[in-house]
Amino acid sequence: MTTLSTPRSSALRNGWILTQRELLHWERQPALPIFGLLFSIMLLLMFGFLFGGAIEVPGGGDYITFLLPGMFTLTMLFGVESTMLAMSTDAAKGITDRFRSMPIHSSAVALGRCGADMASSVLNLAVLLVGGLLIGWQITTDLGSALVGVLLLIWLRFAVLWVGIFLGLTFRNPAATMAVQVLIWPVGFLSNVFVAPETMPAWLGAVAAWNPISATATATRQLFGNPTGITTAWMNDSALLMATAWPLVLTLVFLPLSARAYRRLRR
Amino acid sequence: MSQSPSLQAVGLHKRYGDVTALDDFSLDCAPGSIHGLLGPNGAGKSTAVRALTTLIDVDSGTARVAGYAVRTESRRVRERIGLVGQGTAVDDILGGTQNLVMFGRLFGLSKTQAVSRAGELMAAFDLIEAADRPVSGYSGGMRRRLDICASLILSPAVLFLDEPTTGLDPRGRNEVWRTIRRIAADGTTVLLTTQYLDEADQLADSISVMKAGHVVRTGTPVELKKQLGSDRIVVTVSDAADLPRVTASVHSHSTPEIDSAARTVTIEAPSGTAALLATVRALDEAGIEPEDLVLRRPTLDEVFLALTSQEATS
Repeated sequence: MTTLSTPRSSALRNGWILTQRELLHWERQPALPIFGLLFSIMLLLMFGFLFGGAIEVPGGGDYITFLLPGMFTLTMLFGVESTMLAMSTDAAKGITDRFRSMPIHSSAVALGRCGADMASSVLNLAVLLVGGLLIGWQITTDLGSALVGVLLLIWLRFAVLWVGIFLGLTFRNPAATMAVQVLIWPVGFLSNVFVAPETMPAWLGAVAAWNPISATATATRQLFGNPTGITTAWMNDSALLMATAWPLVLTLVFLPLSARAYRRLRR
Repeated sequence: MSQSPSLQAVGLHKRYGDVTALDDFSLDCAPGSIHGLLGPNGAGKSTAVRALTTLIDVDSGTARVAGYAVRTESRRVRERIGLVGQGTAVDDILGGTQNLVMFGRLFGLSKTQAVSRAGELMAAFDLIEAADRPVSGYSGGMRRRLDICASLILSPAVLFLDEPTTGLDPRGRNEVWRTIRRIAADGTTVLLTTQYLDEADQLADSISVMKAGHVVRTGTPVELKKQLGSDRIVVTVSDAADLPRVTASVHSHSTPEIDSAARTVTIEAPSGTAALLATVRALDEAGIEPEDLVLRRPTLDEVFLALTSQEATS
């Protein structure tokens, strides 16, 4: 029989083992991630070519090049759904309880989720970037700026990861994900992702301009050298700062809330 | 040889808002035994298991499992227990071996150790043929056995099984019963919750009957049945008119119970088979030929109903 010892493994090692679980899922069921990628590409083509001819970008510029950074941003935002679904499914099936009854560090579950979801989002983003280049999107700045743009997108995904973990641990029911899907769409669409706020009614334009998603979309447009659809100077000037600050605020709020929700499972 | 109990809970209390889930819950389990925690839905069985496996904090009371305090030494406890919860807590997409390797590595085994331990367990619990198939294609009994395997990776001192056969067909249930008996035979203490009386009767060395968050009675299945009352003899006659003659002829400590509709007389028989023989003779002497004559022992069902309803009225 195998000699069994219980060396105390670190939270990082445990997190990596749980990340590998997700990678094994891809290997077992490649259809799921592929379908997710196809969905992103479908949205891209649909909005790009269906609405592209009808939508004018304030300040000029090609719609596809305006749209693409917005689509990248939206894809990062919608990642919150898959994080929440994965967390609530594990909780509902008792897998989370099994982890909690094992001698592993309490942060391992979150670390594993983080590794798995960031890996899948980075892959998703890479496919969208290449897909965008193929349909005529361009990066007109230098490589350094483009990399900062990509990092800002990943930074947003990291922030909504904690929103997803918090929601998944709080509503430990996969059906609750449906409700979040209904609520997350307005957050995504009432932004400057598809249309410039300047073309909207004033009140809606204000909402869209201040939407955290808009900050990331505008900042990445600037960094990739794409049209921003913004003609007022300060919104353009503050975008990079806002795109850094909003996800930081989300993380500072939802990371502790996630930790608290995990501890409250003991109640 | 007297050993300290593998599991000991003293006066556990747990409230959820207005609902009292555990109300002065106390329990002792001897090492290497199978202890059944029996009770109706909502009696607090799962809450008790969750408290003893460090999943929830209790409001008051103390518990020690495998020699460590559940509240203050939870990590030590977790290194020594296995938990099979009500859901099948394995990954559906992964294969059986992949699941066990993942859990083994989480338990701190190296990859090589985890693979070899997974192989041992899959072989021991008859899952080798399904080792690489995704768990979603397993039968209910196989999934549950895999779930149990995942709890046995570190050879726990105490294994908790929360309603392990709920939702299984009879074949799956038998597979799981065999598995549990084997685990106990290997020296692991098993705490098993169930709402099935025959399951407790079949598996458990001792049983605690739970009602409203509290253990109302503990004993071996035989003791519990004895506490309920003696054996009874039930005489059935073909003609209801013979019933008075039956009661007049047989010896009984208490007044025989007559059921005219069923054409039966029920006689208390503390001496069991001796009383049965006496009754046969008495009936023979009186020239009565019964249609049916049985010695009935109390079933655990009756114990269960008696204990849980008695509590409800008191």
